[in-house]
Formats: sequence, C-alpha cells, structure tokens
Amino acid sequence: MRKKASMNKPLEARKASPLLVSLSAVFLGIIAGCIFILCIGKNPFAGFERILFGALSNTRRIGNTLGMSTQLILIGLSVAFAFKTGLFNIGASGQMLIGGITGSILAYYMPMTMPRLIYLPLIIFASMLAGAFWGFLSGFLKAKFNVHEVVSTIMLNWIAYWIVYDFIPRFIIDPAISVKSKPIETVHTLRADWLTNLTSFSTLNYGFFLAIIMCLVVWFILQKTTLGFNLKAVGANRFCAEYAGIKVDRSIMISMAIAGALASLAGLTYYCGYSNIMEMGKMPNEGYDGIAVALLGNCSPAGIFFSAVFFGILKMGRGSLAATGIPTEIADTIIATIIYFTATNVILAVFWNRIFSSRFERKVGWAEAAAASHGDLTPVDEMPKAKFREYAREGRKMIKEKKEDK
Amino acid sequence: MGIWSVISSIIPSAIAYTIPILMGALGGLYSERSGVTNLCIEGLMLFGVFSAAATIVKLQNIPGFSFTLAIIIGILVAMIASMLLSLLHAFAAINLKANQVISGTAINMLSTAVSLFLAQTITGSGNITIVRAIVRQDIPLLSKIPFIGPLFFTSTYWTTWICLFLWALSWFLLYKTSFGLRLRACGEHPSAVASAGVNVHKMRYIGVLASGFFSGLGGACILVTYAGEYNAGSGINGLGFLAIAALIFGQWKPLGILGSTFFFGLCMTIANMGKVFPVFQNIPTGYLGMFPYLATLIALIFSSRKSSAPLASGEPF
Repeated sequence: MRKKASMNKPLEARKASPLLVSLSAVFLGIIAGCIFILCIGKNPFAGFERILFGALSNTRRIGNTLGMSTQLILIGLSVAFAFKTGLFNIGASGQMLIGGITGSILAYYMPMTMPRLIYLPLIIFASMLAGAFWGFLSGFLKAKFNVHEVVSTIMLNWIAYWIVYDFIPRFIIDPAISVKSKPIETVHTLRADWLTNLTSFSTLNYGFFLAIIMCLVVWFILQKTTLGFNLKAVGANRFCAEYAGIKVDRSIMISMAIAGALASLAGLTYYCGYSNIMEMGKMPNEGYDGIAVALLGNCSPAGIFFSAVFFGILKMGRGSLAATGIPTEIADTIIATIIYFTATNVILAVFWNRIFSSRFERKVGWAEAAAASHGDLTPVDEMPKAKFREYAREGRKMIKEKKEDK
Repeated sequence: MGIWSVISSIIPSAIAYTIPILMGALGGLYSERSGVTNLCIEGLMLFGVFSAAATIVKLQNIPGFSFTLAIIIGILVAMIASMLLSLLHAFAAINLKANQVISGTAINMLSTAVSLFLAQTITGSGNITIVRAIVRQDIPLLSKIPFIGPLFFTSTYWTTWICLFLWALSWFLLYKTSFGLRLRACGEHPSAVASAGVNVHKMRYIGVLASGFFSGLGGACILVTYAGEYNAGSGINGLGFLAIAALIFGQWKPLGILGSTFFFGLCMTIANMGKVFPVFQNIPTGYLGMFPYLATLIALIFSSRKSSAPLASGEPF
C-alpha cells in the first residue's frame, strides 16, 4: 500500500511558487509606496493613476515605456546571468557606459554612406566586445586574486565614469554644449523609421528586439548547453563543481564577460537608441534598477521580461506625477522596497507555505469527515486527487449545515 | 612652490578626506566582525549626509540659533537616522536570514531614493546646502611643533578629533573587553559563542547598529567638513564602497583600516586638488578622478588573496 501511495504523487499542501513570492514583493513595495505618499499628505490612488496614465495612455507613451524597458531587460539578463554563477554584478552601470561610449565613438566616426546592414551589426558587436572586456576584468580579479566582485565592479563603474568623462571632450564633443556629446544622426542610431512612425515618435528602437533575442539566447545558454550547466554548477556549489572537474576560475571569467557584454548592449541601446547623446559626469541609474529586475524576475528570462516592463511602467509613468505634487522619486523608492522584499523572499515563502498548509489541514479534516459518513475507510493520503476534492467539498457542506442547525 | 609646501597643504586635506572613510570602514568593521556582511555603508553614509543636511538647514535658518549647536544636533540626528536605516538591514540579515549582499544593495537604493524623495518634499530640489560648515582651526599649542605641527595640527576640524577618539575607543572595546571578544567570536564561530550562553542575534544587532551609527557620523562629517551640501546627483561618489575596500585592505583590523583609509584619503586629495598644484597641471581631469578607484583596485589585488575575513561573515545563524 505504502508503495502505491508513493507512486501516485502523495497529496500534500501547495508550495509557494517563485511567481507568487515575486508578486507579494511587488504588492508590499506598492503598499510601502502608498505609505510614503500618505506621509507627505497626498492621495496614493491619484498617484498610481497618474503613473499608469503617463506610461500607457497612448501609443507614444507605450512606445517610450517599452523603450525604457529595453535597457532594463538587458541589464536584468546581465545581472541574472552572473547571479546564476553565484556572482553579483552591480557594475552594470559602468558596463553600460563602456558600451555606450564605444557605440557613440563609432557612430561619430563611421562614414554616413555605410549601409545599415553592415553598420548596425558592427556597433552591436564592438560595444558587446568592449563590455565583455570590462566585465571580464572583474571576473579575472575575482578568479585570480579573490577580489570581491561587488567592490571591484563598483570601482570599475567609477573608472568607466571617468573614462567617459575624458573621452567625450576628446572625441565626440558637441561644441555648442560643452558637457554633452554631439547628437548622433538618426541613421546611425538603433532607431528605425517604421518603429518611430508606428508609435508616433517614441523612443522605441531595434534594441527592443535585440533584448527579446537576448532573452532567448540566455535561456538557451543556461538551459541547453554544457557551458550553461557548468556555470550553474559553479553557482550552486563552487567546491562541488571543482571536484566534478569544472574549471571554476574559467567559468567565473566567462560568466562575468557575458554579463558585461549584455550590460554594454543595454548601454548601446540607451545611448545610441533611446537617447542619442552622452553626458559628462552622469552615472546611469539603470544599472541598479537592473538588479531589481533580475531578482524580481527570479533570474529567469521570461520573468525578467515581465518585471522589466513593470519597472519600465514605473519609471516612465513617474514623469506625469508632477501635477499631483508627489516627488517622482517615489518610483525609485518603490523599486528599492521591492528589492528589499525580494531579498527577504524566504519569509514571504514561509508565510505563504504556512497559509497553504493550514488550508490543506482544514481540507483534510473535511475530507475525513465526509469519507467517514460514506463509510469509506481509505486513509486520506492514499485517496486519488479528484476524490479527495469531492470529499472535501462535501465535508465542508456537512460541517456548515451542522453549524447552521445549531 | 617647494615640495614641502605641497606636502603641508596635501596632508590636512587628506586627513579631512580620510575621516569619513575611516568612520565608514569602522562601521563595516563592527558589522563584519559580528558576522553580518555589510555592503550598505554607502547608503548609510548617504543617509547620514542627507539627514544632517536637512536638520542643520532647518536649525541654521532659525534667527539667533547657534551655528555650532545646529551642527552638533545635525550630527546626532544623522547618527540616529542611519542607525534606524541599518535596523532594516539587521532585521533582514539576522531574523529573516536574507541574502545579505542583496539586502545591502536594497538598502543602498532605498537610501538614495528615500533621501531624494524627502529632499524634494523639504526643499523642492535635489540639493540641500547648509549655511555654514565647521570652521577650520589650529590647535593652540600643538600646531607650533615644528614639522608635525603644520601637518597634523593646523587647520583641523573638531570632528576629526572626535572621530579619532571613537576609533581608539573602538579598538579598546573590540580587543580589550569581554564584549569585544564576544562580538568578534560571533563573526568567527557563532555556534561556539551561542553554546557559551551568549545571544548571537543580540551581538549581531549591536554590530549592524554600530555600523549605522559610525556610517551616519561619517556621512555627517562629509557634510560639515568639506562638502557643505547634500547633492542627490552625485551622492557620495562611492565613498562607502571605498570604505569597504579599505576594510578589506586593512584586513579587518582597526590599525589596518586607519592606515588604508589614510591611503585612500591621500588618493582622494590628489584627485580633487590636482588642479591646484603645478605638479599635476598637465594631467587631464579624467585621469585624476579615476586615480582613487584605480588605486583601490590595485590595493585590493594585493590584499585580497590572503584574506583574513571573519569566517562566518555573511552566514546567517
């Protein structure tokens, strides 16, 4: 009998899925946002209504939201990829800058007559290569010198920041405004006329499709290749992977290089698509938002896509908050709170598991009562699922009726 | 300009840059020694800058209110505010057994967002500039000592001496008292401490709260000494992460972090004062700005290999 029970999956309480945990974190983040808005004496519902209005009310706004999400998807993928190898890449900002400056310089110096079919793959490849090198540096330092990747990526962020500060006046300065680069001609950006016209002059560009392709590529690498398996093994247990013959040091360097390439692609879409200039002395915040995207999306490409769109809505919609008098930083506050709650996801999972198991216990009680009244003596954990449900429903009714009789 | 006058103008400024990093690193020392990885020094320091700036601006705008008293109250408020923020990290890391790196990053982002959010509601812009910072003073007798006097005792801030006193006190507390022994043991072998009847969670809470306390003080020092304003755009330029790097470079020891933070302070001075000295005139701003971070990376390459990090740092208990 026991054997049979273990063959059919035994009945047990549901477990909290990553999706449920992520949604709870979003819910708590929004609640925290509401509390903040209430604290400064404003109406939270009006605020969220404005955010949705600003992000989604017409095709242009939807286009802008997707344009913003493009970067977030790519950075989310970058952070998630490193995370799968047990590395925490918070250097996405610097990698973005490196990708952006590579793309901008190429866009400035490449001849205008160059066909786009050759030009676009060229800048994409070049900036990914530059970003891969930048990411590889921190992987190399981690593998060879045991330098904590969080500290080294932050240092590399600031080094990239100063490199850009130096390169803009040196190579691509706009003489009229001496702190910005010269705007790139539209044919040399990732923008496309048909996309721009379709969304009535939004910032949506080819980057969005690149981001979707990269989602698939990352999924493929992680799920279907030996490389992906090795990287995940290193992330799960470094020593175990080493014992199994996986080259840990090499995996760390490859993982950081790929993460860097993804983040610099985000930089390319940001500086040569979403916008067409680079400013001196500006660190892109998106690098940090990408962490939230990756964590909320549970580091899976599909999850990252949806959480990036969600954060895109928050970040684009906040522009319309001015009318309500709520500072636009409420969006960043909500994002930060969501990360805090995803970091503490253990407690959320425990919370839901407890609810599920107590509901399950109640159901078992009902099913037992109903089964007894039918004279069915099979123990509950050996019942087929359909029968269990039926009994539970019946038992619930019985108990309700009993209560009403009293 | 002779080499001596260059040195004698670099050193006081290097000390001014050192002190906030030292306080941040000292905060990190308490937290990591008690077994909680603390990557939110940056956020805690930034929150210190903000809360001190908001308080001081409000008080200094009251007519007749003493500027010095306003600064003192501002520093105290900063320490308390950062402690409250660090409580969030402590709760996540100790009670909820969260991933401490992620929780630290969340605190960093939360600090940036919340301080900017509050600055917007208080002043309507992302900047808060205080009316008057601390005036530099010469120490009466000591500044007359030849050689040492002009380097260490002229044009100093009084906060510098308080911070150095706290650093010395921390060294005594951590290495000469039973409390310090317990705190350090919590970071090395928490189960052994627990079996001796010490409450590990309580000790770790103390460690993380101390890191909030010192980081807040460090942040307030940035404000009342050389910065003079809270600027949401640049934040504190990664000083908190420099403090963590200094902690690693200093091998998690009070004397070590004093040396390493002074090294970083020196680098910061070179980066910021490059334009003043003819020696550095020909070097572009970008290279000078990059210098402290590059120096940090190189320092980390040499110091990370033989790491004497607390064994249980980052592991929930």
